[in-house]
Amino acid sequence: MKPLVFTLRSEPVERLDLSALTPARLSDLSSAAIEKLAIGTTQRPLRVGDVFRLRDGDRSVIRFSGGSSRFDRIAMAMESGVIEVDGMVGREAGCGMRGGALTISGAAGDYAASGARGGAIEIGGDCGDFLGAPLVGEMEGINGGVVIVRGRAGHRACDRMRRGLVAVEKGAGEYAGSRMIAGTLVVAGPVGGFPGTMMRRGTIIMPALPEIAPTFLDCGATPLGFTALYATSLAARSPRAARLLRRALRRFGGDTATLGKGELLVPA
Amino acid sequence: MSGLKSFTRNGVRIDETFAEAFPMSGTGLLITGPTRRWANQAATTMTGFATSVIGCGAEAGIDREIAANKTPDGRPGVRVLLFAMSEADCEKQLVNRLGQCVLTCPGSAVFAGVEGEKQIKTGDAIRYFGDGWQISKRLDGKRYWRVPTMDGEFLCEGTTGLTSQSVGGGNLLIMGADFASTMRATEAAVDAIARVDGAITPFPGGIVRSGSKVGSKYKALFASTNDAYCPTLRGVTASALDPEIGCVLEIVIDGLTYDAVAQAMRAGLAAIVKMGAKRGARRVGAGNYGGKLGPHHFHLKDLAP
Repeated sequence: MKPLVFTLRSEPVERLDLSALTPARLSDLSSAAIEKLAIGTTQRPLRVGDVFRLRDGDRSVIRFSGGSSRFDRIAMAMESGVIEVDGMVGREAGCGMRGGALTISGAAGDYAASGARGGAIEIGGDCGDFLGAPLVGEMEGINGGVVIVRGRAGHRACDRMRRGLVAVEKGAGEYAGSRMIAGTLVVAGPVGGFPGTMMRRGTIIMPALPEIAPTFLDCGATPLGFTALYATSLAARSPRAARLLRRALRRFGGDTATLGKGELLVPA
Repeated sequence: MSGLKSFTRNGVRIDETFAEAFPMSGTGLLITGPTRRWANQAATTMTGFATSVIGCGAEAGIDREIAANKTPDGRPGVRVLLFAMSEADCEKQLVNRLGQCVLTCPGSAVFAGVEGEKQIKTGDAIRYFGDGWQISKRLDGKRYWRVPTMDGEFLCEGTTGLTSQSVGGGNLLIMGADFASTMRATEAAVDAIARVDGAITPFPGGIVRSGSKVGSKYKALFASTNDAYCPTLRGVTASALDPEIGCVLEIVIDGLTYDAVAQAMRAGLAAIVKMGAKRGARRVGAGNYGGKLGPHHFHLKDLAP
């Protein structure tokens, strides 16, 4: 089965909105019709054919050969199928995804996985701020699915996360998991200050405890059986995160400045 | 005397009769523990007082042990199966036993043990014990509950499967010259049946010595001793026993499917026949109600080695 391949001609001269290039939205379009789709964001926008050389193939597997930090909204609201990017992408990658798989070999910009409800997202490099966080005006961040970031995440990763599993391998910026509603964030590298600030529920697992708000309370080291399930689930996708989950963990409950039913877990 | 046609295998006479079995609702759990001992302890406690639906509300037993590397949390596990006459009874009995026998057992965790047509609540029901401190986790399409307990946390999957394809009441009547030889053959059969997946023998050690018939001279009872198979009544009742039979023991089998029960009966018969009449049973029969009550008939001639 040959994938549908978009080969980047040259660095685009404007930011691109690639939300139209998902398996479902392309399934009934001919190659000619796809090439005419507007993907630019200016008054006279670029079209697919201006930016990419197209090689026709199975619409359920889409490959971008070459990436750019101007590739915004890739795989937005995707429900099924596969999108692979050989390179980096811009803002809102996998935003609102419902299913399928998005694989990015390079870095991603801000708001990756924002509002995702399902599917699997893998980012090979770093990602920007607000990973899995809500867009302006939205109430909730990521609401399901699995996100793996091989590099570092910026600030406010998983802000207002509600459900799902996010694993970041090389660390995260400040205020990771701020205002979390629920869900699980595993960061296998150094984490910036004040993780979980104002979290209501949810779990943040880190290799060491950074400066935290005084409204988190030390619950001590206790056996937590659920981490073994997560370790097993992540073993193939992120061995580094799985190793952290297999360690004995110490629990800090909070944030008691709000509901207080969340937790920060660090090796005991 | 039985008056039944029979055939002989390795000296063991096998009646040309059948076990009459009934549809049941079946469910199951995978219980894990910090050690094999504690996984088995939780499973044994949960399946206690579950020999017969007549008086216990459910029939339950241990299906098999599961190695630590095959369980979701990497700890030693035991799969238990539970059967009842209705889906509602099945769920009620499962949740009661989960709450009283497994939640209470140190170090235990619970996962779905059966894939059925329906899902019934396990952790989704027991979570309220957490008094608001319970934590929900959804992973790979399954919901788990973490309930704080005095030894840490009780981890319990939200639901397990329930199947209405289950079959209850497969049975073997093992008849021997005396208690010792009959027990020897019956134990061998129980051990063989234990190796069959999806089937349990709910009575103590897998064996029942007080087989019953339907009805009683006493109005309050709807089952009473099966006098036709009581050796002490051979001379005074319409006995089914030959003069050479001095003891009868029964194995009752419940399974998730018809095939599981058939396979279990086949394994039990093979073990009895392999032991032979000199050391073990002299005759094997099966209990039925004339074939008019239960839709599943397991004929011994079809199952004998």
